[in-house]
Amino acid sequence: MQEFLQQVLSGIASGGIYASLALALVLIYNAMGLVNFAQGEMAMFATFLAFTLIGHGLSYWIALPITIALAFIGGIVIQRVVIRPVERAPVLTLVIVTLGLATLINGLAGFLFGYLPQSFPSPFSVQTVNILGAAASYRDLGVIGVSAVVLVLVYLLLQRTTLGLAMRAAAFHPEASRLLGVRVSWMLALGWGLASAVGAVSGIMVAPILLLEPNMMQTVIIYAFASAVLGGIESPLGAVIGGLIVGVTVNLAGAYVPGVGGDLQLAVAFAIIIAVLVLRPSGLLGRRAVRRA
Amino acid sequence: MRFLTRAPRRYWVVALVVIVFAGLPTQVTSFQSLEWAEVLIFAIVIMGLNLLVGYSGQISLGHGALMAAGAYTTAILVHRYHIGYLATVPIAGVLTGLLGFLIGIPALRLSALYLALATFALAVITPSLIKRPENLTQGVQGILLPPPDPPDWASSLFATVTGGPAMTSDQWLYYLCFAAAIILFWVAWNIVRRRPGRALIAIRDGEVAAAASGVNVAGYKTLAFGLSAFYAGIAGSLYGLATGFVSPDTFPLSLSFGLLVGAVIGGLGSIAGPLFGGIFTFWLPIMSSQFVQTQSWIPDQVASVFRNAGPSVTYGALLILIMIFAPNGLAGLILSGYARLRSRLRGVGERTTGQLPPDPQTV
Repeated sequence: MQEFLQQVLSGIASGGIYASLALALVLIYNAMGLVNFAQGEMAMFATFLAFTLIGHGLSYWIALPITIALAFIGGIVIQRVVIRPVERAPVLTLVIVTLGLATLINGLAGFLFGYLPQSFPSPFSVQTVNILGAAASYRDLGVIGVSAVVLVLVYLLLQRTTLGLAMRAAAFHPEASRLLGVRVSWMLALGWGLASAVGAVSGIMVAPILLLEPNMMQTVIIYAFASAVLGGIESPLGAVIGGLIVGVTVNLAGAYVPGVGGDLQLAVAFAIIIAVLVLRPSGLLGRRAVRRA
Repeated sequence: MRFLTRAPRRYWVVALVVIVFAGLPTQVTSFQSLEWAEVLIFAIVIMGLNLLVGYSGQISLGHGALMAAGAYTTAILVHRYHIGYLATVPIAGVLTGLLGFLIGIPALRLSALYLALATFALAVITPSLIKRPENLTQGVQGILLPPPDPPDWASSLFATVTGGPAMTSDQWLYYLCFAAAIILFWVAWNIVRRRPGRALIAIRDGEVAAAASGVNVAGYKTLAFGLSAFYAGIAGSLYGLATGFVSPDTFPLSLSFGLLVGAVIGGLGSIAGPLFGGIFTFWLPIMSSQFVQTQSWIPDQVASVFRNAGPSVTYGALLILIMIFAPNGLAGLILSGYARLRSRLRGVGERTTGQLPPDPQTV
């Protein structure tokens, strides 16, 4: 039982990371009906920026906000330069463009920072504390805490501020919002910036667990896809719930299902994606898409 | 002889290309013909991808995984069951085609976006899946395939034509790929110009309208997937034979990416596109790293990093630029350039070929 609790707890910790990245995916999906395949790579790049800042002697807690700010600006720049020219193109074009972006960022990171895996510092120690008889490491608790703070902040921004209202309006009905004076195009750019910033947090959280290298997020993004799809791809709350479920499920499967360990845990995420898409494409909290056919 | 003079100009271009590729091994070294064999293999799988993405408007980021299925079919049949390698090529194609058909059934319910997601995940987990049934796939070790010897008739024919030494197995492999490419390109050409192709294009440009016009949308969509996978299976099988070795690392995510890049850069929705795409996907990484190595002013350290990072940077940048500025790819650029040149020469605009989507963005 104790070990089970421990597995659940560390599952929740990784679930928090997946939830942040899934939330980033959902933000962009809501803004323009697109799954951003470059989300993971953008987060990886931001993590490298944080690594460089810390390497230059900055403290972790100063480097973190600077990186998030840089990621925010980077997201806006990417939207303005790369996405805007194809904004109205069909979804296939957009998917290919974000794939190109993913490859480009991955290569750039390899070019600038090299392919050697680096160990990334964590402000939380790996020492454990006793919770309900289960030994939880401070690192897991810290990850859960940081993810929770980020998710709450995003929730407050979207639901409790005028800016958030404008962003949701621009995504929901661009034409009407434009008539009412919302600068729709800039709201989309803000959405990209926000998503990029949220994704950066997930990258920084996951880097101490995996090692930092250009392909670090390749597995994490699959879990984030699974989380977003499971939660319903247009629901921010769904992304969080989906992330937690995926994190716990994958962790438990790795621990208790024989033969599922290490790299085959990814197959669990794949199975979740396929099962949700076949059985309930709208996910747990998503609206059912009504199609005229 | 009248049909010769009246044949459309593109037939001459096709004949010229076929002759150039048929004569290629007589002009280059044995190793270079093997390289060009791989170009043709990429062209085949990109043709399959093009049928799926360019014509039916669905997307797959998992064609590397389908190639793996084809390659492992051949490797296992040859290595374990000692079946002649030639027979395994169509078997690999059919088995992979069935697999693609099965993938296509759930894909029916998915929008392009979800399909991209699911196939992307498939491409990511393929290497780990291959490692599991170890007594079948030999795990991370991979399977060695001996290079096939050319049959006597081909060998002596080659020696008589060139007046040189007998055919090497590399050159034999080249001609195998060449034959497969010709057949499969011909099949694709016929499919897209006849009923199934028109149905696929109709689905791509407007699913509801296509269904209203009596097109069996579900049937054609799964058919496109199966057909596309068939191409990937044949190509994968030939790829295994050509490289002589299959292992889980032969089919990384970047392979699936490279194939999509090739399809996009060559030109979606065009028959010539995949050939450009194959040339591009195979040669870009090799050329870029060779170029960097010959430049003495670039420090060694940068050069070694570039060998890893260079192709992805170039791939990514090209994908974005092509999608923004030339969504019809190289084939589209050449066709529109040719049309512009002709209208400049003749003074009047003439109808361009009807193969490309009228609005490039419909892709």
